[in-house]
Parts: sequence; structure tokens; C-alpha cells
Amino acid sequence: MEFLRPASWEEALAAKAEHPSAVPIAGGTDVMVEINFDHRRPGHLMDLNRIPELHEWEVGDETVRLGASVPYSEVIDRLATELPGLALASHTVGSPQIRNRGSVGGNLGAASPAGDSHPALLAAGAEVEAESVRGTRFIPVEDFYTGVKRNALAEDELIKNIHIKKADGPQQFSKVGTRNAMVIAVCAFSIALHPESRTVRAGIGSAAPTPVRPRAAEDFLGAALEEGGFWDSGATLTPSLAREFAELCAGACNPIDDVRGSAAYRRRAVGVMARRTLGWTWESYRGNRPGGTTTEGGAPCA
Amino acid sequence: MAGSTRVPTRTPSQLSQGAAVSGGVGDSSLRPDGVLKATGEFAYSSDMWHEDMLWGFTLRSPHAHAEIVSVDVGEALAQAGVYAVLTHDDLPAEVKKYGLELRDTPVLAGGKVRHQGEPVALVAADHPETARRAAAKIKVEYRELPLVHDEATALAADAPVLHPDRDDHHAAHVPHPNIVHRQPIVRGDVAAAAARAEVVVSGEYEVGMQDQAFLGPESGLAVPAEDGGVDLYVATQWLHSDLRQIAPVLGLPEDKVRMTLAGVGGAFGGREDLSMQIHACLLALRTRKPVKMVYNRFESFFGHVHRHPATLWYEHGATRDGTLTHIRCRIVLDGGAYASASPAVVGNASSHAAGPYVVDDVEIEALALYTNNPPCGAMRGFGAVQACFAYEAQMDKLAAELGMDPVEFRRKNAMSQGDRMPTGQVVDSPAPVAELLRRVKARPLPPERQWETLGGAPDVRALPGGLSNTTHGEGVVRGVGYAVGVKNVCFSEGFDDYSTARVRLEVIGGEPVATVHTAAAEVGQGGVTVHAQIARTELGVTRVTIHPADTRVGSAGSTSASRQTYMTGGAVRHVCELVREEVFRRGRERLGTYHPAWATAELLLEGGKVVTDAGEVLAPLVDVLGDEPVEAVDEFRHRPTVALDPATGQGFGHVQFSFAAHRAVVEVDTELGLVKVIELACAQDVGKAMNPDAVVGQIHGGTTQGLGLAVMEEIVVENAKVRNPSFTDYLIPTILDTPTIPVDVLELADEHAPYGLRGAGEAPTLSSTPAVLAAIRAATGKALKRVPVRPEHIVA
Repeated sequence: MEFLRPASWEEALAAKAEHPSAVPIAGGTDVMVEINFDHRRPGHLMDLNRIPELHEWEVGDETVRLGASVPYSEVIDRLATELPGLALASHTVGSPQIRNRGSVGGNLGAASPAGDSHPALLAAGAEVEAESVRGTRFIPVEDFYTGVKRNALAEDELIKNIHIKKADGPQQFSKVGTRNAMVIAVCAFSIALHPESRTVRAGIGSAAPTPVRPRAAEDFLGAALEEGGFWDSGATLTPSLAREFAELCAGACNPIDDVRGSAAYRRRAVGVMARRTLGWTWESYRGNRPGGTTTEGGAPCA
Repeated sequence: MAGSTRVPTRTPSQLSQGAAVSGGVGDSSLRPDGVLKATGEFAYSSDMWHEDMLWGFTLRSPHAHAEIVSVDVGEALAQAGVYAVLTHDDLPAEVKKYGLELRDTPVLAGGKVRHQGEPVALVAADHPETARRAAAKIKVEYRELPLVHDEATALAADAPVLHPDRDDHHAAHVPHPNIVHRQPIVRGDVAAAAARAEVVVSGEYEVGMQDQAFLGPESGLAVPAEDGGVDLYVATQWLHSDLRQIAPVLGLPEDKVRMTLAGVGGAFGGREDLSMQIHACLLALRTRKPVKMVYNRFESFFGHVHRHPATLWYEHGATRDGTLTHIRCRIVLDGGAYASASPAVVGNASSHAAGPYVVDDVEIEALALYTNNPPCGAMRGFGAVQACFAYEAQMDKLAAELGMDPVEFRRKNAMSQGDRMPTGQVVDSPAPVAELLRRVKARPLPPERQWETLGGAPDVRALPGGLSNTTHGEGVVRGVGYAVGVKNVCFSEGFDDYSTARVRLEVIGGEPVATVHTAAAEVGQGGVTVHAQIARTELGVTRVTIHPADTRVGSAGSTSASRQTYMTGGAVRHVCELVREEVFRRGRERLGTYHPAWATAELLLEGGKVVTDAGEVLAPLVDVLGDEPVEAVDEFRHRPTVALDPATGQGFGHVQFSFAAHRAVVEVDTELGLVKVIELACAQDVGKAMNPDAVVGQIHGGTTQGLGLAVMEEIVVENAKVRNPSFTDYLIPTILDTPTIPVDVLELADEHAPYGLRGAGEAPTLSSTPAVLAAIRAATGKALKRVPVRPEHIVA
């Protein structure tokens, strides 16, 4: 195995162009496990840790530019206001040691359906900035996942940044695992209310071959909130509306039975998480409106 | 041979406890290895290194049952850096099998593989990666055979017989050759008792395959010696048992195989069987070079036995007033491909099948199967865990039928000193079962809704799902459950169970120093701490050095069955007494003329001095010793037991019984099926807390391991293949899964045991699991007949 250590982003792009099968590595929390267990034996391994800009983030007017190597712990500590859903999701990643090393860029590169950041990116709205010696592409995150552990990157491309929409409303993230920490998702769900556009977006993880957006559920809820005047009135959501949303989310799943859980359980759990997180975000939205009151606080544990 | 050996220099056994720790028996002396382990400096067996050493690698079977048609090692052997490739045909001795109880396990598969992961060939190379790659080039042609994977396929008329040429001592008694061992226990008149029963409940229960999940993988270093023998440094639970199995396969006398304990990273029964020991020795003897072997986590799941999965059918009867009338039960344990400890596990499961209750009429049957599933053997609780899960579920079910409080129903039927086990054995030391239950029940319950905070946002760490943020209180229901269990201590059923200690007392640097040499394996339980405490108390010295555990001293027996404080502790005390007597004899001889009390008074060793029982100092110990050390070596035995009658199971089979009770408080997310165990209160009688902090540590650990079995720990096996051989998918509790564990330690002395102590390590593992399940049942109303319970089972 050849070990490539580009000193700059340009060198990295050149190296990737020359060795398209080179596997980029930053935190190594995923790649090294695969190498150590010999599940993967790339001809070239490309260390991106010498490229400082990949570790940088910047809060813009509408989006946060998150360098591909920014660790989860940084998202939790520094970006919980701008990216509350992603911060919550980051908090559920592995252990503190893993969160200090692992990054959203790595999660996207691996494109596992169980990656914790995907549902939050889908719900918030994000674009993946992929670059090669040929140029730069911005890939909407919903188009990025193309199959189980497959993504839309061309073989000469590297992820440089992820551009994530700053929260304009409450966001939530939930994940089911069979222990209370350090667990791979049996399934996961994220929701983001977007009061500015009066839309709701959601993301589902580990319940289909790729992370997915439950479009029918989003559309249904968006229309229902609009028609019912909920955004303006801040009224309590009717239970039937939340139920319908939950059922549509469950219906968006295409899960499998595996050692972590059954397909039926996954579908059910996604529905429960959809209903609950909708409740939490809506209550938060109501409470944060001028003169609004709420029974539930904002993002917990962020 | 050339080169120097670098073995762990900071294993607990090589640490002098020194003057910094001055505690004797009953003191919470600090562990000598504690700080090193917490800071990562402790040298485990996997950290060993030897100049010029090679790395061994094991090629394992991908199939669970197959004939080996051919093996071609040519390409592997031709690879640069490869020093040896060994298969069954290369085994040097007539003896080609080993085993803990029955010699049924091939060192390397010959002709057939009987489980997934069975060792087929060995490679030694100058780099672990080279060895691994070379192993991948060994061409093994298999022809798959029909699988035996449960009772039905094992006992079917046309079932393949997995071990057709059995000549072990159980073979004559078993109803089918695919049954390793079967133990019935029959006492009283069950038919008559059942006729008296006014309420009868029955149920079938299932226990999944739990893994010991020790953190230090199987590893060791074999160094060939000039005399044709081999020095083996290894993490194990019983050096002499390993030796007895290793030497014949190597074709060496036992004195040519010298074993030294390396740093052990946990055991829990999983190191009772051999793993890489013979393999590393074979490669070292073949290559004439030191050979190190270390399993990775994946391989470790195939490199040691697991807890027997079990199917248990029970019938309990009672009269309306809540008095047990009878118990019928049948326990089927899956032993997997090789016997390992299965016969003893069967003995334990059967003799503990009724639990700590008075019931005179019982019909019990326990058996272990040979299948093509992963081999199962010893794990903390050893057969008693499986039974406890089922009989405690039954006790709750029966209490509910009777309309009685489950704790009061248990207390009404609780055994106490003088009562009999189903084997007819009288429990002849304290058995405070009712008191343990009373104590856990009397504790105040933890506050409700602990996730609520002043700020309004919930503390999700206190909720089911924890950091995964699945509920802020929605769907969460609390449940409370109780359980109590009984576990034997020490080896049973007529086994000649002993431990050996050598103790030397001498003057070093003007101070009296005791050196304790045993072969007891320190596996993390704190034996080295306690053995030094005993020496301090018995010899009245501060400085005690624990000599490395090795085979240059007689056997200490296994670090299992909650026995090592009892047995090696007993041996150290006994030999310290011999040393003390010699000191007094020498004192009388040399100094007797200076004071008449030498001849007349009761003498003691205290504070480095010989004193009379009236407290008068006769002489400093250093003066008595001079420059001549006093040394003694001897064996210690517990009182004898007998084998259980093969037909009735009657007999004084166990040395001592250990009891613990738990109350579990859980909160269940009833919509998602996720569980948060809030508190697991435990009360346990330990006879004498030799080191109170260590006792509480054992209870915390056992309780948590029981919780793991209750809600998450299972090796999932499908068609005899393991589906989750990793810590990604074999989950063990994290600190966020571990509840508050308040502990109530009783010290009711057992007059038969050293210091009155009662082995403490296993009992808490038993009752923890059924208490958690009872609490989940209380919260959900679901019957839940299987552990570990999965979210699917709760929401189904």
C-alpha cells in the first residue's frame, strides 16, 4: 500500500487524479477499522490531515461552510446554534474519542446508510462541494447517496466542504440503538422546520439502502401547516396531523431485517421518532414565536 | 538460544506491595495494578515482545460442519518471510486432541471441522501481516456436511453423530451420542406433590449465547528452550490445567513446558479453555524461534467458548397459601461442537435448578448437546445463570397467580441454613435468602422522572435511549422487579480441588519481607491484593512481595467458580501458619533462654515482632530470622464433595453456596422498546469481606454483566454461523447503561471456610438478569420469556 501525504489541497486533487482508487483518510475512524480488519486493502491511502482548510468552518449569511475534516466534537461545541440537528446527530456518534476524530466529510465519503449525520443534513438542507482537477461541483445532499456505501463522487473527486443551511427554525434528531451510547443506528430520524420558507424537511437513516427524505410526508405536512394557518397562528398541532406525518415517514422506509433489528421494527420506530420529533420542534417553534409559550424546551443536550 | 526475553515487567504479580499499602485482611487495600491499568501502562499478554520473534496466525474453518477433502500449503510456505505452516499431519505426538474435561478437541482439524472458526492450519512468519496473507494462500477444499444446530437436529433418527468414537466417562450414561452429559435430579414424590398443588404454572424460557467479552484478546508468547522444551507466557485462568493439556500434544513431559502468567485482560470463564497456547508452542518448537500470537477482536469471538444458550421448561406448583409444592424442569444447554466445561455446567444447572427455595419434591433434568454451533463452556455463573432466569420468572408468574406480592412469596419459600438442596445436600452454613430480599425491598425507590431539569430541557442521559435522544418522557413507564439466586463456590462433584502456596519470610534491607508464590491467575479479580493482605495479617509484616504466577510451584486451581480467595487465600493462610510456627520454633531455640514466655505463652506475629497474647514483645522478627529465611510450601483442600448419583442426582456435590438478591428499577420506552435501568440494588452475603472495596467491585461487575445479558448481550448464531463477531454488534453495557448499584454486604461467617469467607464473584451475575426482566415485565405487561430482550419483543 502506498501512503500519500499531500501538503496542500491542490496536491491532493492532483494525487487523486493520478491515483483514482486512492482512499482519502482524515480521522480514520471508519477507514482504519476496515483496513485493520482487512475488509479493505486500497492500493493508495491518502492522508488529508496536512490540509488545514479541511479542518476549518465558516458561518455565512445563509449557510455554514463545514470543512470535510472538521470533527464532530467541533460541530457540537461550536455550531449547535447554526446547525442544531447536526449537532444533536454528532452527539450520538461513537465515543468522545471517535467524535474528536470523525467528521461529516468522512461520514459522506463512507456513505453508510447508518451514518449519523445524513438524516440531519437531509433535514437541514445541504450541498456537498466536490472538487477535482477538472473543477468544482455542488451536489445536493439528497442526490449524493446513490446506494449502500456508494456516493455520487467521481473517482477523481474529493469532498472539500459541506455547505449546510443555517437553521431558520427548530431541528431535532433521534436515533434508535440497543444501548444508551456508542451504538450504531438501528434507524435514525431528523426533522427541520423552515419557517422562512414555510416548509418542513426530514431525513431517515438506516431504514433504506440509502439515507432518504420522506418527500410525501414533508409535502403533506407542509401543505397541512399552510392550509391550517399553523405557521401564523402557532396553534398546537392536531394529533391526527402528527400521526399522518409519522405514518408517511414510516412508509418512506425500505428497511431490511438484520442483526441489529427487524424491518418491521425499523418502520415502526421511524414513525414514533417522526411523531415525537415533530412534536418537539413544533412546540419549540410555538414557544419561540413572539408571545409564544411552550411546554417543551429547545434542543436538549446540544 | 540467542536473544533476551522481555516479558511484562509490571504485571500485578511482580509488584511488591511495599510499605505504601499496609492493609491486612478486612482492609480495602489498593490494587497494585490499579493505577497502571487505569493509565494504560499495564503490560498485558498482547504487549509481550521478544527479540527475533515470529508471529503466529491461525487459519480457521469458514464452515460449521464439513469434511476436509484436501489441504495444500505449498503456496503459503513459499511466501517470503514464512517460517512454518502446520496442519493436523504435522502434529508431533500421538495425542492430537485436548480438552478441559473431555479430550475431544483437535489441536488442528483432522479430516473434519465441526464449527465455524475451528483451527485448521497455523502459520509462523516474520510479520503478522505476512502470516495472515500466507494463511490466505493455504488451499483447503471442504465438502459441507449436514448441520446439527439444535435439539431436534441433534437427536433426530438420522442425525450425524458429531463424535462417533466417544470413550469418555459420560458416554455410557447418555441417551444419545450427541448428548455430552445428562444429569437427572429426582427427590421426593413429585406426582403426589403435584396432586396437592392448588396453583400450577409452567413456561418455556430461552437464554441467548452470552460472551465473556473480556477486553484483552487471547495472546501469548512461546519461547523454545535449549533443553528441547518451551517457555510459555500466556494469559490464562489456570496454568496447571493448561499444562496438563499442552504437554501431551507437544510430546513433552510436563517439566519441559514452563508456564508463566502474562498480564490478563479479563477472563470470566473464557480463558479456562486453551486458545493459542498449543499453537504457539508448536510453531516455536518447529521454527526454533520465539512465536507470539495475538487474536484480533473478530478472531477472539471464535477463539474462546461462550455461555451456553439454553431452552428451559419449568413447572411450579403451590398451595393457595403460597407454599411451593413441587418443581419439574428440563434444561437443554447447547454445548456446541466440543465438550469444554459442558459436563460441569450440566451438573450446576441441574443442582441449582430449583433456586434458593425449599421444595422437597422435584424432578429435574439438565443436558448439554453436541452441535455444530460455537463451543460453549465456562462463563461467570456457570449453568446457574440460565436456571435462575427461568425459575425467577416462574416465581413471579406463580406469585401473580396466587395474588401474592412477589417478594413475600419468595420469602415464604426461601431456604435457610439447615434446608436441603434438590440433591439432598443440607445447606450447612448461613443462607440468608429471606433477609437479602427484605433488604433490597426496604431500600427507598429512586426518585421518579430524574430526567427533568430546572431549565425545562430533559436530561436525555437519564432516559431510555440516552444520548440518542429518542424520548423526552413520552411513552416512558417505570417498572420494579426482584430476583434472588444461589451459586456454588469452588469445584464440585468429587473433584480433588486444592491450591498450593509457597511462602518465604526473610530479612531484606533490615526489614522482614514475606514472599508469596502461587500459580493463581490474577485475571483482574484482585487475588494478588487479597493474598498479600492475608500474608500481612498472618505474619505481622508490612512488606509482602507476590511472586510471578508460574508452574514452578504446584497448582492453585482455576481462577473461577468464585474459588480463588477461598482456595489460594486458604492456601496462603495455611502456609503462613506453617511459616509462623517455624519462626516460633526457631525463636524458642535461639532466644528461648532470654524470656520464659517463649515456652509458656501463646505467641503471635504482630508489627514485625514476636509478641505474647498479652502483648509483651519478645523479639523483633528480624532477630529471630537472622540471615536464614523461613520457607514453607503446602497444599490446601476444601472439604471433599461427592459425585452426584447419575440416576437420582443425590449427593453432597457442592462445598459452599453463595446468595445474592437484586431489585431492579427500570424505565421502558414502551413505544420504542428501549430500556433504561435506573437502579440495580443488590444485597449479598460474602461471609467475610476480605477487601470490602474489592467485594463491592465484584458485585458491581457481576450485576452489570447480568444487566448485559438482560438487555443487549448476545452472540447471534444462524445456521451455526456467528452473525455479530465484533464490538460493533455484540454490545456490552457502557457507563450510560450502567445504573446506580447500591450494595448491601452481609458478613455471616461460614465456619467451614477460611476466615468464614464466601466466594463472591458470581452470585450477583445470577439475580441481576431476572430482576431486570421482572422490572421490564412490570412496566410493559409483556411475558418476555427470552433474554436478551430486544426492542422488538417489547413493542411486539
